[in-house]
Amino acid sequence: MHDGPSAKELIEAVKAFIDKAAAPQLTGHAAFHARVASNALATVLRELEIRPSAEAVEKARLESLLGVAGESALELNAKLCEKIRSGEMNLYTAGLLPHLKSTTIDQLSVDQPGYSGLKTATR
Amino acid sequence: MGTGNDIEKPLAAWAEAHFGAGAELKALKRLSGGASQETWAFEVSAGAVTHPLILRRAPGGVAVARSSEAVSLATEAELLGATTKAGVRVPAVLHVSPPGSALGEAFVMRRVAGETLGRKILRDDEYKLARTRLTKDCGAALAGIHAVRLEGLTALPRSLGGDQIAKYEMIYRSYEMPRPVLELAFAWLKANAPAPAAPVLVHGDFRLGNLIVDEEGLGAVLDWELAHVGDPREDIAWLCVNSWRFGHSEKRVGGFGDLPELLDAYASAGGARFTPAEIDWWEILGSLKWGVMCMTMYAAYKTGADPSVERAAIGRRVSENEIDLINLFEGLGRHA
Repeated sequence: MHDGPSAKELIEAVKAFIDKAAAPQLTGHAAFHARVASNALATVLRELEIRPSAEAVEKARLESLLGVAGESALELNAKLCEKIRSGEMNLYTAGLLPHLKSTTIDQLSVDQPGYSGLKTATR
Repeated sequence: MGTGNDIEKPLAAWAEAHFGAGAELKALKRLSGGASQETWAFEVSAGAVTHPLILRRAPGGVAVARSSEAVSLATEAELLGATTKAGVRVPAVLHVSPPGSALGEAFVMRRVAGETLGRKILRDDEYKLARTRLTKDCGAALAGIHAVRLEGLTALPRSLGGDQIAKYEMIYRSYEMPRPVLELAFAWLKANAPAPAAPVLVHGDFRLGNLIVDEEGLGAVLDWELAHVGDPREDIAWLCVNSWRFGHSEKRVGGFGDLPELLDAYASAGGARFTPAEIDWWEILGSLKWGVMCMTMYAAYKTGADPSVERAAIGRRVSENEIDLINLFEGLGRHA
């Protein structure tokens, strides 16, 4: 497989088209949705950059927290949810809240980096 | 969906009946319309006076099965009357139109001047004085709402904290998208539920966006469709949920005030004396509920019910509620 253009370049090109060519010609509801679309592409660009390393450290933390190796963060998160639901882990379980905080900070850095609650969390 | 043509005639007829012959209907304009209701702005000129008014109407004038928790338009109008009597500033209701009438199921209320957009209220110089008064005004308004006598009112849905946890947990589990922070919030809320307070009339969506604010302070409390019988702390905490602080996180009450001042104002207006620690539990429930509601909006995209990019993107807001929950958990010790 090749990389010319890369996924990142393609998304950047589409985002620039929306922002510079399409959006200025739209009004009302369509203009609003164009802004949402552009923001969604910005989210994808941040995800491409941040997710691979963030998810790798999330997975490592989950393995240490749960004491098991897993195939993916998704699978380990499902296991973590079961333990929280059953009461085996709770707010006072060592390492749980710091882990969830780090993961959520990374997730928000992708999803909504300008959100006020992220500034509160990283202060 | 209603068009201006559907309602212009019956509305003009009502205007003449109410304000006298020669009263003229003007500037009829659709403001918004969800699946459960239409909102129209209009004016009636009667002699030298122009009355700015609002029509709230069932879509097409025909009551549809509203969401399980929304009260009927007639009940909403009844609540506006009951809260006015309790001294709460709400728009005055001039007319209630029954199902099957020419106008359809609807009511007419006065249009109160002021601003509803949270960002403007928190930022613009125009509301500088209002911002210094809003906390007290909201405390007094909430105490007034919670003091409304339930006897004699149409039976409202009853929803206490435990009911809400059960309902939102069921919705959350139905999506099969496990999220550890939400899971922790459900478990913690269940394990730490406070003793229930005596049930009262709860507004259900008391926050910036649903409050008309003028230069002097709180002008009117709007949007009563989620009213129910419940725990008074639900309303107080919902006003504190970070999603409704519009970026001004440092001010816990709606981005404009501090919680001790709100609780003092509430108690001195006749409300019960609550502590910040009690509000924590309800604010955690509020953030959790809003997170699940964002999942619900995304689910509308996922199932194909609403294929818009906006519905898809809102799924990436759940993490906002997750960080709010974590910040609340970290702050728990501070109010104990």
